[in-house]
Amino acid sequence: MIQKQVNQKAWFMVLPVFLIVAFSAVIPLMTVVNYSVQDTFGNNVFSWYGLGWFEEIIHSPRFHDAFLRQLLFSGIILAIEIPLGICIALAMPKKGWGVPVCLVTMALPLLIPWNVVGTIWQIFGRVDIGLLGHTLAQMGINYNYVQDPLAAWLTVIVMDVWHWTSLVVLLCYAGLCSIPDAYYQAAKIDGATRLAVFRYIQLPKMQRVLLIAVLLRFMDSFMIYTEPFVITGGGPGNSTTFLSIDLVKMAIGQFDLGPAAAMSLIYFLVILLLSWVFYTVMSNVGEESKGGH
Amino acid sequence: MQLQLENVCKKVGKDFHIRDVNLTLEAGTLNILLGPTLSGKTSLMRLMAGLDQPTSGRVLVNGEDVTGVPVQKRNVAMVYQQFINYPNLTVYENIASPLRIAKTPKDVIAKKVQEMADLLKLGPMLKRSPQELSGGQQQRTALARALVKGAGLVLLDEPLANLDYKLREELREEFPRIFAATGSIFVYATTEPSEALLLGGNTAPLHEGTVTQFGETIKVFRRPQNLITAQIFSDPPLNVLPVTKLNNTMLFKSHVEVPLVGKLPELPDADYTIAFQPNNLSIIRKADSDISVKAKVAVTEITGSESYIHVDVAGLRWVVLAHGIHNIDIDATIEVFLDPSTFYVFDKNHNLVVTPASVSEA
Repeated sequence: MIQKQVNQKAWFMVLPVFLIVAFSAVIPLMTVVNYSVQDTFGNNVFSWYGLGWFEEIIHSPRFHDAFLRQLLFSGIILAIEIPLGICIALAMPKKGWGVPVCLVTMALPLLIPWNVVGTIWQIFGRVDIGLLGHTLAQMGINYNYVQDPLAAWLTVIVMDVWHWTSLVVLLCYAGLCSIPDAYYQAAKIDGATRLAVFRYIQLPKMQRVLLIAVLLRFMDSFMIYTEPFVITGGGPGNSTTFLSIDLVKMAIGQFDLGPAAAMSLIYFLVILLLSWVFYTVMSNVGEESKGGH
Repeated sequence: MQLQLENVCKKVGKDFHIRDVNLTLEAGTLNILLGPTLSGKTSLMRLMAGLDQPTSGRVLVNGEDVTGVPVQKRNVAMVYQQFINYPNLTVYENIASPLRIAKTPKDVIAKKVQEMADLLKLGPMLKRSPQELSGGQQQRTALARALVKGAGLVLLDEPLANLDYKLREELREEFPRIFAATGSIFVYATTEPSEALLLGGNTAPLHEGTVTQFGETIKVFRRPQNLITAQIFSDPPLNVLPVTKLNNTMLFKSHVEVPLVGKLPELPDADYTIAFQPNNLSIIRKADSDISVKAKVAVTEITGSESYIHVDVAGLRWVVLAHGIHNIDIDATIEVFLDPSTFYVFDKNHNLVVTPASVSEA
């Protein structure tokens, strides 16, 4: 047998990745874990608190409210953006000068920084100077996102739809473009209806990109912070205080490091769990429809 | 069913994709469209199916004009180069899908799907999804879907091109049996002359949207009426030799003199093109009457038991198909031998004037 030459140089190759991952993920996460099991009264003095913060957070009505708001928000966002994105992608032209025009138009909202999006809508919706808010007020519609929770929710949802539907559109469009023309021809020869073409060709062929779209939109909307913070600051009252906003209020506003750390860990695990559920369910839907009739 | 194309043209912009095609296809026949990529095979099929409408000309089914009738209302089926099946339906449901659209009763569907599955050897795969099948099985499913409708016209657009050669051969061998079991008009597009010869039937070689000849495959192969048909039907490429006949001599520039044997003396003085198959060009002298020509070797391809030797003769590129392995150095000058009895001779309009002796006798 050939004696394998041991080369310690390989460690140097791995080292940069090791360091990056350590500093970007492992160490910060461990710091959070560290905070979550300790209590402090300032002056950098910490004492062991066990799982106390976790228990407190799990039983706290404030967390429950923020969590439910967050679930509702993500649910609404997905229910609007995914079907809307599919519809727009289906309506987009497949060739000609319309393609670049549509693609660039679609990509525009994605290029705008989040806090700018927030600012745009914050001003857009203002009753005194905003185009939208002022027009609605002129029309006699009672719209004021500073005072009315419903108006605040509507603003945040419409803004998110405006900002992120494009992503779903672009993903779906990519999925649609990858379907060979022959499929449509075959369906035409079979005499399949438009609906059947969508149900049996386009939807199954888009399944993978849709899975990615749902996951991305779910994770992103579940972590939403900047835009509602800029528009409503979590208000009126606590009506748009989503989990991230609540977390920042707790950690930086109140400087409750322990509970905030415990909350962020729970938050992290919830996202991980829900993403896993989405992934498994959506992959299984594909498998089942393949197997069943 | 009988399908007739009358002076069919298809113009896209200023270009003719199909030009003046006249074809009559009878029920129960296999008709091959043979031609290289972009020769118009798919365009012609789309016109036959009714997916596209001809710019001018008529399409007749059983003598009835169906030009302009959309594809859904015609009795056609099509199989593509890609394996087109509904991705999330089982093989059974895929085969059943055209029948379901036609609102066929359930028991009839079950019976017909079973028949198709038996014919195409898909029995054990009926419950699987297309993704779980091999390429060959996926194409069998697509074929079953096309055949189950009992369509009068079945179009197969290079159905074997995406399969590896073993599956291709396997499926190709079964085609005549599958076709015979139906009685539809089959139209089969291919780029490979050998595939056309293996399948038999009738062949229409296509060149830039024009059908150059139409008839029984073997007859078209052996008696191409024009040079372009002969070229389309030859793989590796046909060897050509432009010659001038003048005062009882037949010359290619000053390089090659063709002895006037067989029917050659009867030809009037003019320019001609002589064509001969690569297997009729040899690197060894087989008969005294062979013409010897000096040639420079450009490249040699060895395919196991045969060698293709590409040679240059005064600006012409010929291919020698030689048995056995011949590893000849590039740029070496060798002698190649032409057998005048294998010559096809075309006049200056590229129409056939002399058939090789061997073919004339057959």
